[in-house]
Amino acid sequence: MSIIENHQTDGEPFCDSPKLKARGVGVFYGDKQAIFDVSLDIGANEVIALIGPSGCGKSTFLRCLNRMNDTIDICRITGEILLDDEDIYAPKIDVVPLRARVGMVFQKPNPFPKTIFDNVAYGPRIHGLVNHRHELEEIVEQSLRRAGLWSEVKDRLDAPGTGLSGGQQQRLCIARTIAVDPEVILMDEPCSALDPIATARIEELIDELRDNYTIAIVTHSMQQAARVSQRTAYFHLGQLIEVNPTDLVFTKPQHALTEAYITGRFG
Amino acid sequence: MTFSILLLVIAVLFVIAYVSGARRARSLVTPGVTLNSLPGHYGSLVALWTCLPPLLLMLCWGVLETPVIDRLLAAQLPAEVQAEGGNRISLALSKVRNLAGGANVQADPELAPVVLHLKDLQSRNSMLSTTLVLALALAGFGFGLRRLAPALRARNEVESIVKVLLFCSSGVAVLTTVGILSSVLYEAWMFFGRVPVFDFLFGTTWSPQVALRADQSGSSGSFGAVPLFAGTLMISMIAMFIAVPIGLMSAIYLSEYATPRVRSYAKPALEVLAGIPTVVYGFFAALTVAPILKSLGADIGLEVSSESALAAGLVMGVMIIPFVSSLSDDVINAVPQALRDGSYGLGATQSETIRQVVIPAALPGIVGAVMLAVSRAIGETMIVAMAAGLAANLTANPLDSVTTVTVQIVTLLVGDQEFDSSKTLAAFALGLVLFLVTLILNYVALKVVQKYREQYD
Ligand SMILES: Nc1ncnc2c1ncn2[C@@H]1O[C@H](COP(=O)(O)OP(=O)(O)O)[C@@H](O)[C@H]1O
Ligand SMILES: [Mg+2]
Repeated sequence: MSIIENHQTDGEPFCDSPKLKARGVGVFYGDKQAIFDVSLDIGANEVIALIGPSGCGKSTFLRCLNRMNDTIDICRITGEILLDDEDIYAPKIDVVPLRARVGMVFQKPNPFPKTIFDNVAYGPRIHGLVNHRHELEEIVEQSLRRAGLWSEVKDRLDAPGTGLSGGQQQRLCIARTIAVDPEVILMDEPCSALDPIATARIEELIDELRDNYTIAIVTHSMQQAARVSQRTAYFHLGQLIEVNPTDLVFTKPQHALTEAYITGRFG
Repeated sequence: MTFSILLLVIAVLFVIAYVSGARRARSLVTPGVTLNSLPGHYGSLVALWTCLPPLLLMLCWGVLETPVIDRLLAAQLPAEVQAEGGNRISLALSKVRNLAGGANVQADPELAPVVLHLKDLQSRNSMLSTTLVLALALAGFGFGLRRLAPALRARNEVESIVKVLLFCSSGVAVLTTVGILSSVLYEAWMFFGRVPVFDFLFGTTWSPQVALRADQSGSSGSFGAVPLFAGTLMISMIAMFIAVPIGLMSAIYLSEYATPRVRSYAKPALEVLAGIPTVVYGFFAALTVAPILKSLGADIGLEVSSESALAAGLVMGVMIIPFVSSLSDDVINAVPQALRDGSYGLGATQSETIRQVVIPAALPGIVGAVMLAVSRAIGETMIVAMAAGLAANLTANPLDSVTTVTVQIVTLLVGDQEFDSSKTLAAFALGLVLFLVTLILNYVALKVVQKYREQYD
C-alpha cells in the first residue's frame, strides 16, 4: 500500500467550534517525511480518537499539537497549527505557556522520582501558579480528585510516585497534567501499558474530563476509540484518510483503507 | 626441548586434535544415526582431552621441580654444611645453582661433585618431563578419539569443562586479593604488637624514626597517625571541592546541552586528562601551581609554604574531574527520555527539567560516582608526595605543608629497611587503614549505584 497522490481526506475533518486547527501540516524527520498535508479540526470539549496502523504518524501528529517535536533536533514541521486561531509555531509564541495550555499524557506512565504530592505540584510550581502552600495543597487535592486517585493516595502523599501501580501511575500523570489547568489534553496510547481494569478506570476518567477539556487520544484499541470518542480520525502512512463521527467510522467506514483497518485486515 | 617449544607443540596438537575430532564425528553420521552435538563440539572435546592433562602436568611439575631437586642436592652437600642447617644450606644450594648455570662465581672444589650432580639431574629432569608431557598429550588424544560416539553428549561436556576453566580464572583473581589482604593483615598485626592500636589511631605525633641499634640515642619512634589522616582528609576535600562541581557541570553540559559535534570533541578531550600520568600532574603541581600560589599569597600578605596542601589538592581535583564527569555523564544519560518528555510536556524549560527532574533522578548514581572519586583521591600518592611535602604537620591551614597516608607508606619503605622494624611494619598498618576506608567507600558507592539501576530497569 503506497502513498496516495494528493489524497483528500474523506468525511468531515472540520467542525463548528474548533479548539485546535491543523492546516496542511507536514512533518519531516531529516529527509524522511512522516506526515503529509494533514488538515484537521479538534472541536472544543470533544474527544477525538486518532487511530491507524503502527508507524503511520499518530504520535508524530499528536506531538506537533504542543510542539513536543521541538525536542527532536532533526524534526521539521510545515503548514500551520492554530490554537484558538493563534498560530502556535509563530515566532512570538513561547512553548512554555503553550505546553501549559496543551498538556500531554504519555504511553508509558512516567511519574518523576519524587513524592506523589511533588509530582502533582511540579507544574504549578514551575509556572508560579501559587503563592501559598495551602493553595498548592488545594490544587494537588483537586487534581488528584479529578484524576480519580485522591481516595487511594490521600494518606500517603509523601510516598514516592514510582511506588504506585501502573494504572495509578498513569492517573497520577493525568493529575499532574490537570494541575496546570490546561485547555487541551493530548494522550498517546495512555492505556497500552495497563491491565483491563486500570484501562476501564482511565476510560471513565476521560469521559468525565470531557466536560472541562478538549482531548485528543491516540489508541490502538478500536473498542476504546468507540467507547470514549465522539470523532475518529484514521491515519495511514502519514496521511489522514478519513475523519467522521465515531459511530459512523465503525459502522459505515467511508474509505476502503479505513474499512480494511477496522475489520482487522491489517494493523 | 625448552618450555616454549613444548607449549608450541601442545598448541599444534590442539589444532590437530580439534580438526580430527570434528572430522571423525562427521564420519560417524550414517543414515538413521544423528550426532548428539555439533561436530565442532566433538572436536573441542578431543582437543581439550589432548591439551588439558599435559598442561596440568606441566604446572604441577613446575611447582614441585625446585623443592624436589633441592632436597636431593641437600643430601649431597658436605657434612659440615648439612650440620649447620637452615640458611647455610640454602646459601650453598644457590651457589651450586650459580655454578651449574655457568655464572661467574668462584669455583669451590668441595661443591664440584654436587654441581655435577645438579647438571645431571637437570638434564634428566627435562628429558623426563618432556617425554611424560608428550605421552600424556598423545594418550589424551587417543582416548578422546576413542570416546567419540554419536550418543556422546559432547556439547554438555565441553560446556562444563569451559565452566570449570572460567571458575579457575576468577579464582586466581580472588585468591590474589585474599593473599595480599592476609599478608597486610599479618604484618599490621605484628605492628600492633609493638605499638598499641589506640596510640596509632589517635596519637597526634608522627615521627617514625626508630633506633637501628640498641646503643643509638634518641628517636624511639612515634606512630600517632592522626596528622596523616588529617592531611589525607584535607587534600581529598580540596580535591573534591574542585572536581565535583566542575565534573558535574561538564557532565550536564555534555549530556544535555552539547550538540553531538561538540560532544564528539569535548568528551575525548576531557578523557585525555584521565590519561596523563600522575607524576606529570605531580611536577605540574610542585613546579607551576605551588609557586603561583606562593606569589599570590605574598601579594595579599599570606604566608604560603612552598609545598602546600592547597597546591596538591587543586591539581588532584583537576586530575579527578574526568572521573566524576564521565561517570556522571553515564548516569545522566541513563535517565529515561520519558521523564524529560514528561517535564517538557508540562511546560518546563530545559534548565528546570535538568535541575528538578534529571539531576534528582540521577542523584544516587552521581553520589556513587563521587564516592568512587573520593576513594581515588585518598589513594593518590604521587601528586601529594611532590607537591604537599613530607612533613607530618597537624594543621587545619591548607597553605601549610601536610602529608598523607599513601605518601608516608612510600617514605617508610624507600631505601634499605629491616623487614621487621616497627618503621616498616607501620607501612602495613597504614595500608590496612587505607584498604579498609576505600573498601567501605567502594562498597557503599556500589550499593548506591545498584539501587539506582533497580529503579529504572
Ligand atoms: N524521533 C524520530 N526520528 C526519526 N524518525 C521518527 C522518529 N519518531 C518517529 N519517526 C518515524 O515517523 C514515522 C511515524 O512514527 P510515529 O508517529 O511514532 O507512528 P505511530 O505513533 O503512528 O506508531 C515512523 O516511520 C517512524 O519511523
Ligand atoms: Mg506511537
